Amino acid sequence: MLVVTCPVCGAKGDETDFHYGGQAHIRRPATHDPVNISDEEQRDYLFIRNNPKGLHFERWRCDRGCGKWFHAARDTQSLEFKAFYGIIELPPEELQKEAKGPWADYFKKRAKAKA
Amino acid sequence: MSGKPYRLSKGGSRIDRSQPISFSFDGKTLSGLAGDTLATAVMASGQKLFGRSFKYHRPRGVVGLGAEEMNALVGVGAGARHEPNLRATQVELYSGLTSISQNRWPSLSFDVGAFNSLFSRFFPGGFYYKTFMWPQAFWKHVYEPFIRRAAGLGKAADERDPDAYEHMHIHADVVVVGGGIAGLTATEAAAVSGARVLLIDENPVLGGIADITAGKAGDSSVADLAKEIAARVAKLPNVHVLTRTTAAGHYHHNYMLAFERVADHDPALLAAGAPRHRLWRIRAGHVILATGALERPIAFANNDRPGIMLAAAARAMVERYGVAPGTSGVVFTNNDDAYLTAFVLKKAGVAVRVVDSRARPEGDLPKLAMADRIEVDAGSVISVVEGSSGVTAVKIAAYRRGQGRVITEKKVACDFVAMSGGFNPVLHLWCHNGGKIRFDDALASFRPHTHGDAITAAGGANGTMSVAETLTEAAAAGEAAAKSVNGKVKASKIKLPKVEEPKRGALETLWFAPATGKYNQGNKHFIDFQNDVTAADLELAQREGYESVEHTKRYTTFGMATDQGKTSNINGLGVLSEATGKPIPEIGITTFRPPYTPYSFGSIAGALTKDLFLPVRRTPIFQWHVDRGAVFEPVGQWRRAYTYPEPGEDKHRSINREILCVRNKVGLLDASTLGKIEIKGPDAAEFLDRMYTNTFSTLKVGKCRYGLMMNELGFLTDDGVTVRLDEDHFLMHTTSGGADRIAAWLEEWLQTEWTQYKVFVTPVTEQWAQFAIAGPRAREVLAKLEPDFHFSNEAFPHMSFKTGKLGGYPVRIFRISFSGEQSYEVATPANLGRGLWDAIMEAGKEFGIAPYGTEALHVLRAEKGYIVIGDETDGTTTPYDVGLDGLVSKKKADFIGKRSLEQAYLKGPNRKQLVGLLTEDPNEVLPDGAYAVRTVKDKPPMEMIGQVTSTYMSPTLNRSIAMALIENGRARMGEVISFPLEGGKVVKAKITGAVFYDKDGGRIHA
Repeated sequence: MLVVTCPVCGAKGDETDFHYGGQAHIRRPATHDPVNISDEEQRDYLFIRNNPKGLHFERWRCDRGCGKWFHAARDTQSLEFKAFYGIIELPPEELQKEAKGPWADYFKKRAKAKA
Repeated sequence: MSGKPYRLSKGGSRIDRSQPISFSFDGKTLSGLAGDTLATAVMASGQKLFGRSFKYHRPRGVVGLGAEEMNALVGVGAGARHEPNLRATQVELYSGLTSISQNRWPSLSFDVGAFNSLFSRFFPGGFYYKTFMWPQAFWKHVYEPFIRRAAGLGKAADERDPDAYEHMHIHADVVVVGGGIAGLTATEAAAVSGARVLLIDENPVLGGIADITAGKAGDSSVADLAKEIAARVAKLPNVHVLTRTTAAGHYHHNYMLAFERVADHDPALLAAGAPRHRLWRIRAGHVILATGALERPIAFANNDRPGIMLAAAARAMVERYGVAPGTSGVVFTNNDDAYLTAFVLKKAGVAVRVVDSRARPEGDLPKLAMADRIEVDAGSVISVVEGSSGVTAVKIAAYRRGQGRVITEKKVACDFVAMSGGFNPVLHLWCHNGGKIRFDDALASFRPHTHGDAITAAGGANGTMSVAETLTEAAAAGEAAAKSVNGKVKASKIKLPKVEEPKRGALETLWFAPATGKYNQGNKHFIDFQNDVTAADLELAQREGYESVEHTKRYTTFGMATDQGKTSNINGLGVLSEATGKPIPEIGITTFRPPYTPYSFGSIAGALTKDLFLPVRRTPIFQWHVDRGAVFEPVGQWRRAYTYPEPGEDKHRSINREILCVRNKVGLLDASTLGKIEIKGPDAAEFLDRMYTNTFSTLKVGKCRYGLMMNELGFLTDDGVTVRLDEDHFLMHTTSGGADRIAAWLEEWLQTEWTQYKVFVTPVTEQWAQFAIAGPRAREVLAKLEPDFHFSNEAFPHMSFKTGKLGGYPVRIFRISFSGEQSYEVATPANLGRGLWDAIMEAGKEFGIAPYGTEALHVLRAEKGYIVIGDETDGTTTPYDVGLDGLVSKKKADFIGKRSLEQAYLKGPNRKQLVGLLTEDPNEVLPDGAYAVRTVKDKPPMEMIGQVTSTYMSPTLNRSIAMALIENGRARMGEVISFPLEGGKVVKAKITGAVFYDKDGGRIHA
């Protein structure tokens, strides 16, 4: 039973007081360009998820607290939460650097797009 | 008295000889002493036999000391308070206790199942998988009843549990599991360092096995040392001690469950209102496992006979309860510890000798034994035990380590055996949440290695067997735990006494004691007593190719069930290691799963039973429905009126009457459960355009529109009518069951995707009472209530909305219909609901108004071909499948599910489509969910082409109607398809449109 802390209202509780919302930072293609979405792009959006052993980024909702969605960085092996951060935020820089595999690629792409 | 256990004339630290206690075992009234366990009290009365084994029904007696007991499982208590499968070694005796043995039929001493034993050659490892394979038809009537009868264990009480249970939630800086010298020392050390400590122990008294441990601590015995620390700990304000409490499981982030038996030992507590059990839900900053070590049995031929016990258990029986396991015993060991048992027995006047597998036992204790003139057969093993329902003699064979067969042996008469194959640290809690372990050759067992959580093991649990080392280790663990939680430690430290203890010789691994004759010839060397798994079974599994220890476990059932490998695990691995020639670490270890020992269902439920089990939601009109004699049905947490039978009416007739009343006159429905969500803000219209398949930004103020909602996969998830109350203000209706889910769904998109939208989503379901007034005379009822209100078609057409007053009540009125009739839905603030309801019923009297329930509602909508999400859809149904293409916008650039709906596989041929069905026989009602097949065959399998989604007898049409999802249904109008039912019957039905009544929809606008 994990201990989760809501970064919005500060409530700290058992995972059953929260709602798990799957992988974080998934881009919904239709929001940006509803016309040109390839089948592959739509497939990836709906079904393809990272499954890292180690640092992972996910969505949670403060179910029995403020009701807000937020992000969490969690090590899937040690189950340790590394950070809780806002729903429209990216994880702290050092965690973006620490991320591996598809997550590392994703954060690099985001950084490049910003630059 | 020979051959039987008995009460010694003196001794017994836990019993009170001045307090005899009367109890019953298998209907026989017996007498024990205050402080006894059920096991010791029954044994003191001269009885060894406690039960029959699981598979072979072999007679079994007490083996262990506490939680590890695998044979003496008993049922305790009478009637509703009966609890099966308790370990007799852990059941505290009280006056009037009733208990029964288990897994025997018809009686303990004469058991028909023991017959299995004669045929044990046919019950090898994996016999379930080998024997009960075919023919298939034998399963139901032959195999299953046989297995159920034979594989008994206890029976649960069949009456409602009369007792109370509760949950406790607690945070602790440090949780210490185990109250022996290690746990007590760790507790004291952590507490004086400033931590809040919770100490948990499964026994009624703290101290663990200190009272049967050799050595001196300062001027005291180890037993007195434990008492002294316990007394100091009891005075510390920052320590909470739980006895009779088992730490059952350890989970993520140091979450623990502990099971407290509050009143099992004393019915007076129950009578005084105490809960019977309490489940502690604990969050620990740091956990210290001081769970000790369990002695392991030795695998020798017939090592399961009643009278064969673990050495420490035999010692404790004498020291604590003054009970001798018999008059003449043999201690069989491969280590020094069991010599203590020989000393205790001798001191109590019981004849005893020692068989030691080691050629040259060199520790202090064996030397002391020889000096004390206890006969020791060094370099020997017990090769076989004689006697069937008890021990009459053992054969002692000369032995060298690794020797596989018997060369010379001698017979020695005795009536019990105390065995010790070494000690296994109790690793269960360490392993529940992924702790790593490593094999220790000196211990010949696994011990804790690394763990991701803040958890440490100390003492026996850590493989530390000496008292001095245990104290040092435990004190350090306690201090470190306090420091890790609080960051700093008070300077005060506990002072440890100087310990003197005997020097120990090394243990010699002994996984299998050779027996006379060919291997396994009629001999059983039990590894897992509870599951009747022998060394031969494990070897057989190995030969049959079950190389992985996890496969062997499942194939032979070794280490399964309540035992969870407490006594069997390492011995089994040892046998597998010898069979394969691989060292134990390479064999691996099977998973330890929570709970450590079982806990009761009552404790899991806690107080959440009866009315507290699930909240029931009631509408403001609930009491009226009750008074009117309504039959209710659950809809989610709601209780809705299903129908209102008149006196003398059955449900079927009342439903038909209600339907015809709506069709011909006017009906009133309590629709308050309907989900209601207000959506407000400058971006509300655009937001709804994203959420629904159809467009809401074009909806005019004061108008209603039916909307469909999909998920991102393109499948329907909800529907309902949404009203535009104002430019920036909408009221959304959802299905009754979907209200919470849809509100959360809207919030999720607002918070996570369209964060720039200025929109509030407010669920208001319970703020409003809402009724449907439906039928050709609906307008007249309303006009009577409020003559000034314009209800005419021109002033108030279908799918429009008005606010105002009705009979003096403030209302929102929606002209919407789920029955196909002229219909108004009226909403008023919930606390006014009952008044308005009564006013409508009163005003409707002269027009023949009657309430109608949910079943009539469903038939009415089915007659009109209206879908219900969850009936006509199943989570893989698209708007196209149900024929609502017109509600999927072609103009909007984006809405939830749009892109998926364009995927070829959702548009392609052979999708199941919604159609109507008319059975050939108009009186035949298809069963709900019946499958249509392409071709009817004599027996399954048949290719299925769809299924019935709604099916009713329509009183309006006086014939049966049904809706179904059928492959290519819309292209098959007029086709007759077949529904094979159970028993060979085939119902034929013609495919039609799904609208059965008033196809042009004129009545709605009437």
